[in-house]
Amino acid sequence: MSQFLQLLFSGLTVGATYALSALGFSMIYNASGVINFAQGEFIMLGGMVAAVLTASGLPLPLAVLAAIVVVALVGLIVEKLAIEPARDADITSIIIITIGVSMIVRGVVEVTMGKGSRALPHFSGETPIALGGATLLPQSLWVMAVTAVVVAGLAVFFGRTRLGKGILATAHNRLAAQLVGVDVKKVLLTSFGLAAALGAVGGVLIAPIATTSYDAGLMLGLKGFVAATFGGLGSGVGAIAGGVLLGLIETMTAGYVSSSYKDAVPFVLVLVILVVRPRGLFGLGPSERV
Amino acid sequence: MSEASTPPTIGRSSPEITAAALATAPGFRSRHLPVIVLAVVLAALPTVLPNAYYYDVAIRILANAVLAIALNLLIGYCGQISLGHAGFFGLGAYGSAILTTHRDWTAPMALLASAAIVGVVAWVVARVILRLKGHYLAMATLGLGIIVTIVLTNEASLTGGPDGMSVGDMKLFGLRLTGEKVWYPVFAILLVFAVVLAANLVESPAGRALRALHGSEVAARVVGIDTASFKTRVFVLSAVVAAVMGSLTAHYLGFITPQVASFHKSVELVTMVVVGGMASIWGSVFGAALLSLLPDLLARFEGFETVIFGVILVATMIFLPRGMVPSLARLVRREGR
Repeated sequence: MSQFLQLLFSGLTVGATYALSALGFSMIYNASGVINFAQGEFIMLGGMVAAVLTASGLPLPLAVLAAIVVVALVGLIVEKLAIEPARDADITSIIIITIGVSMIVRGVVEVTMGKGSRALPHFSGETPIALGGATLLPQSLWVMAVTAVVVAGLAVFFGRTRLGKGILATAHNRLAAQLVGVDVKKVLLTSFGLAAALGAVGGVLIAPIATTSYDAGLMLGLKGFVAATFGGLGSGVGAIAGGVLLGLIETMTAGYVSSSYKDAVPFVLVLVILVVRPRGLFGLGPSERV
Repeated sequence: MSEASTPPTIGRSSPEITAAALATAPGFRSRHLPVIVLAVVLAALPTVLPNAYYYDVAIRILANAVLAIALNLLIGYCGQISLGHAGFFGLGAYGSAILTTHRDWTAPMALLASAAIVGVVAWVVARVILRLKGHYLAMATLGLGIIVTIVLTNEASLTGGPDGMSVGDMKLFGLRLTGEKVWYPVFAILLVFAVVLAANLVESPAGRALRALHGSEVAARVVGIDTASFKTRVFVLSAVVAAVMGSLTAHYLGFITPQVASFHKSVELVTMVVVGGMASIWGSVFGAALLSLLPDLLARFEGFETVIFGVILVATMIFLPRGMVPSLARLVRREGR
């Protein structure tokens, strides 16, 4: 039982970061129909920038804030320089562009911040909390709490603000949104900046538990993508459910079946999902335009 | 291939007339001349390659060109992206390595068996995942490739794990294939063969159907093309080619690690296709040459290879969305007018 609880805790922790990553994927997918293969690099970049800044003496809260701002700016730059000029390109080309962007980000981090892995200090100590025979790191609570706050914030943003509603409208029907006066360009830019910031939040939260390095973004991004597909591409609820479920299934497999095949779990899972229910758990399903 | 299009010559026609007729035969110059030029260049290349290092570079280009051409049939002509093609390459490489090392099979038998296994796997996969489109297909193939890498890394008793395993020499018709100078002609012949085969496939009714698919799958279906069957066959073909190249490369290198099947390698292959030019056979050859040379060319920008690689990708897609060769060819044609 205590083992199960232990796995549950770490599954929820990992799952929360996957959910943040998946939300980033969904947000960009909704606004632009683009799957951003560079999303994982935003996560990595968040962790790395925060780690470098704290190492250089900046207080942790400031470093975290700065990291999120920096990554959001990177997201805006990416949209302006790489995505917007290729608006009319087909899906394959845009997939390639985002893969190119991810290489640029990874390469720049490798050159400027080194190849070594870095860790961020835990936000509030490393003394584990005993709970029902299992232990829970305070950082895990941070991860889950911040994710919950972010999700609530996003719900307000999309439900109550003009810009958020504009993004939803664009996701639904770009042309119609444009007709009723939504600034589609601004929507695209916002969703990239927001998705990058979400990635950075995830990266900063997980960096104290799992160390980060220039090449950590690929797996994190792919798992976020899997989580988004699992829950249903473009669905906010789906992204969160997909992320948390994925984290749980992955840690349970590591604990009870095989830890060496832990990383294969998401990909086997996504293959099954794609075959059985391609739209994911909560998705509306792909439709094809003639 | 040139025989096929030679016009029937009667009695005492002189060779000059035949040659002239050949050269002016419709489509001959554009279709066969480049292949002949390629064959001549490849045959002449050894006279200028100074040492084994350059042979190795040439072999890498040749192998990648064959892989890119096969993948281009899928991406460029069927409009189906595969982000897991290195997985098939890796299965071929490890299939040969494992069967020759642990089961004492002869190398050609191991190659054939690996290719057959990959063919079956690809067929099953294609039946299931080619129903998917766009991002979903990208995700599915990507997942497949990563699963292959993880299995190769974890089954250490068979594959040697992350440290890799060594592969013995290949013997073909009593000839031991070892060293760059022996392998060069093998890969050169394969490339010419691949170019001819792909060119013929593209010009065949099946090929035209494939282009129809790329234009609009729905439209192709409407005019009576069995789109699923075409996509499946091309997927299997490109997977089997990847497996065969994997087997040969494994024997050539003599040592392989799970990295041969990595996501990075898959992306590299897609990049060759896309940068060179989708639906362009010569584009793939060019793309393979460019991307195989890039690491050497960029060696002096130490550390910045990945960045430059990424910049080339993004810039090509934005400024030459059809890829370098088709975009430049179009430019030349417009100039000529």
